[in-house]
Amino acid sequence: MSDPNERTNQLPGAAGIAAVGNAATHVAFEEPLLFERSRPGRVGWSLPALDVPAVDPAFHLGGEAVRETCDGLPELSEVDVVRHFTRISTWNYSVDHGLYPLGSCTMKYNPKLNEAAARLPGFALSHPLQPAALAQGVLQLLFELERQLAEISGMDAVTLQPAAGSQGELAGVMMIRAYHESRGDKRMKVLVPDSAHGTNPASAAMNGYEVVSVPSGADGVLHPEAVAAAMSPEVACLMLTNPSTLGLFETHVAEIAKIVHAGGGLVYGDGANLNALLGVARPGDFGIDVMHFNLHKTFSTPHGGGGPGAGPVGVKGMLEPFLPAPLVRRRSTPDGDAYFLDDERPLSIGRLHGNLGNVGMLVRAFAYIRSLGPDGLRRCAELAVLNANYVLARLRDVYHVPYDRRVMHECVLSDAKLAPHHVSTMDVAKRLIDYGYHPPTIYFPLIVAGALMIEPTESESLEGLDQFVAAMRAIVREAAEDPALVRGAPHTTRLSRLDETRAARKPVLRWTPGRDT
Amino acid sequence: MLDAIGVDSLEALFEDVPRGLRLGRPLDVPPAASELEVMRELGAMAARNAHAESHAWFLGAGTYAHFVPSAIDALAGRAEFYTSYTPYQPEISQGTLQTIFEWQTMVCALTGLEVANASMYDGASATAEAALMAMRVTKRSKIVVAGLHPHYRDVLRTYLDGPGGTIEHASYGADGRTRDLAGHVDGDTACVVLQSPAFLGPIEDVRAAAEAARAQGALLVVSISEALSLGVLRAPGELGADVVCGEAQSFGIPMGFGGPHLGFLAAREKHLRQLPGRLCGETVDANGKRGFVLTLSTREQHIRRERATSNICTNQGLMLLRATIFLALLGREGLAALARQNLAKAAYLRERIARTPGLALPFAAPVFHELVVTLAPGDSAERALARALDDGIVGGLDLAPYAPELGPALLVCATELATRESIDRLVAALGRGAS
Repeated sequence: MSDPNERTNQLPGAAGIAAVGNAATHVAFEEPLLFERSRPGRVGWSLPALDVPAVDPAFHLGGEAVRETCDGLPELSEVDVVRHFTRISTWNYSVDHGLYPLGSCTMKYNPKLNEAAARLPGFALSHPLQPAALAQGVLQLLFELERQLAEISGMDAVTLQPAAGSQGELAGVMMIRAYHESRGDKRMKVLVPDSAHGTNPASAAMNGYEVVSVPSGADGVLHPEAVAAAMSPEVACLMLTNPSTLGLFETHVAEIAKIVHAGGGLVYGDGANLNALLGVARPGDFGIDVMHFNLHKTFSTPHGGGGPGAGPVGVKGMLEPFLPAPLVRRRSTPDGDAYFLDDERPLSIGRLHGNLGNVGMLVRAFAYIRSLGPDGLRRCAELAVLNANYVLARLRDVYHVPYDRRVMHECVLSDAKLAPHHVSTMDVAKRLIDYGYHPPTIYFPLIVAGALMIEPTESESLEGLDQFVAAMRAIVREAAEDPALVRGAPHTTRLSRLDETRAARKPVLRWTPGRDT
Repeated sequence: MLDAIGVDSLEALFEDVPRGLRLGRPLDVPPAASELEVMRELGAMAARNAHAESHAWFLGAGTYAHFVPSAIDALAGRAEFYTSYTPYQPEISQGTLQTIFEWQTMVCALTGLEVANASMYDGASATAEAALMAMRVTKRSKIVVAGLHPHYRDVLRTYLDGPGGTIEHASYGADGRTRDLAGHVDGDTACVVLQSPAFLGPIEDVRAAAEAARAQGALLVVSISEALSLGVLRAPGELGADVVCGEAQSFGIPMGFGGPHLGFLAAREKHLRQLPGRLCGETVDANGKRGFVLTLSTREQHIRRERATSNICTNQGLMLLRATIFLALLGREGLAALARQNLAKAAYLRERIARTPGLALPFAAPVFHELVVTLAPGDSAERALARALDDGIVGGLDLAPYAPELGPALLVCATELATRESIDRLVAALGRGAS
């Protein structure tokens, strides 16, 4: 961030926006693109002298196949590169800055221990195809993590291969399809509640299924009658997120699962919101047949600016033969346990990842589970639910609450009460930035107009929540007293609101030399 | 806090979870451990794995041991980058967004194409998504694959199952390069997926493949499992490729037992609307200052749901950051210099093998840094690797599960980490099977 005094000067006071002063010319605010910084001849690299004969690429490979230099890449010194990325890093908000209440994203703190563990050379510098005898430590970790995730979710078997939640969904629905097909049962439809994440219908469609939307009830949860009405012998599965994206526990889940099972269908569980249930209840115990985990949500692996994640999938016994290959297995030998990769899986849906998955993320998740133990995991759920209910309790008098009842890990508000001031959810979100917060998830779930979906996570203290609540309440006052202030937010960032329509209308997706910058 | 909520216990917060569905016992996972204990335990596990600093390393096959400049860990270790999420709020995510824009620009420069996305999970899924994209563009369903990494082929098969795509394999000829590609391409072919350098090492003829594809109205997808090869090989887009995808792990990303790595995907502008994955675009703010946003999201699942181009929801943001820093450090000259060093090491390895009695080079086609060596009659890959291991060397990949037709053979890779001395020791160990 910029000089603290300059920041103070920018903060809007009661009279509106104070003078920006000279902050706009702050050197760290004007960092150009790498390509614009490039100067001929600068280098940020060094190589050892070649200890074997050099070869002429054109002679060796044929002239047409070869390029001489990598035109289009910049020429920069190491200092240039370090300053560039250090400066632009300060334009990001992150969990290490503060509360990051993106609903359904579970932006909890990422313990530093996990980073240190993943950087151990035996994990970071090992190769996925090295013989199993040279990889016993990492294979043991993967084997144990599979068992821990199975225990936490109430599933019978787990694959760690999917690289993200969405790839886990794809794998899960593929297994459901393979299961039905193995029984000679051609089913064409997948039921998806209207509150679901967009990845659910997209994953079903990539499997060739027709998606049938099922409406939630007036109380926000899914009702058995609605599922029964949509159920038919054509239905392969129901995809259910529990707790739902409204932050509500699907109270009828067991009965709904029974209806789907009675019709020959399976129930897919979207594990995005598993954080609320750790040690409290297990999807496998309430009728879920297959589910994915988002290790970057529930198990604290960093979100990395949008990945890498990790999306292991757990299944009940009848789906185990269909799990992606290979799986990590253990056998007893005279010298103790030995771990190996099992590729002999004739009914498997096949491979989803070039290797075994995002192992670096799996190491972090393992370290997290190991640090917390059974009591700590349950404590996560309890405090996450406590924090979400506290925020709701402190805001329900000033914001519209579409489904005002006990919530789990997140609560959903809307902008309905702000409409008379012509202040929208987008304005509230942008104004929160001025108060030093990342906004909540907005305009999702789609069934709530102007939704503000707040997931504080267990990482926040009472003082931290009170500060956030104060900001949210202040914005309500500002909306009434000075709506233009809110509509013009953010005021304290390097850039004001960005023109997203322009970006989409005439897409500029790369830098080209000589263009006006 | 409980008072504010109006309940008298934490337990009461879970009243919506029916009693019969609650676990009612502690989870059966190991008890909590301190930071010291966890690091000790994980350190012991890590110590049971061979790695690129414990052994001389000649195993590649899609995951490559390269040097990682120190600046990358220092910068990618900044929490502003790694503890943020997808840049949904551009005003407080410009660091991530500008990096994606820089990455997209670099991928276009290296591939010779006009648009690149914000990355895919890995090279295998990028290749599968490229084939699905070609199916949407051409409305055809047959995929002809050549030289493709067997794991990529497996992932492709998995992804094609739902949409009903079929795979046809073109085989390699005497010099190791794909032969008779044109004989496989017909009016049902959506695309040719050509890996170059091929899984077994040979650099393929991209221009000929493009002509074979174009003659039937199919697209050419060039898949690259070693992005560093682009430091010396001409951009496939300049040779007629319509889509270029692959794996950029070599750009500053540790092998990490196979992940997380970094898939990349680039295409021609006319296919932009069918390109899957995140895209970052340039725009201006309310004051006319340049800034970046995620754009064209109407292709994506959170808007388009079941009609989306893919279900992919994130990218590999942190890996993309590492690769962008890597390419910024190496730059225009450095990437070419590093690639030429890899080329020279493999050429030396090849020459040493050629001079060693018992060892043979089955393929004459030029390679980048990886090649097949066949072992003496009566020797086995397992024994050869064991001899190398005795000398502190991880000697390559046993090709028996992948190319049994070659007999006892290894796929060996020499990067800039290989020294003349370690190459000599490797070849000596492999050659000791001749008797």
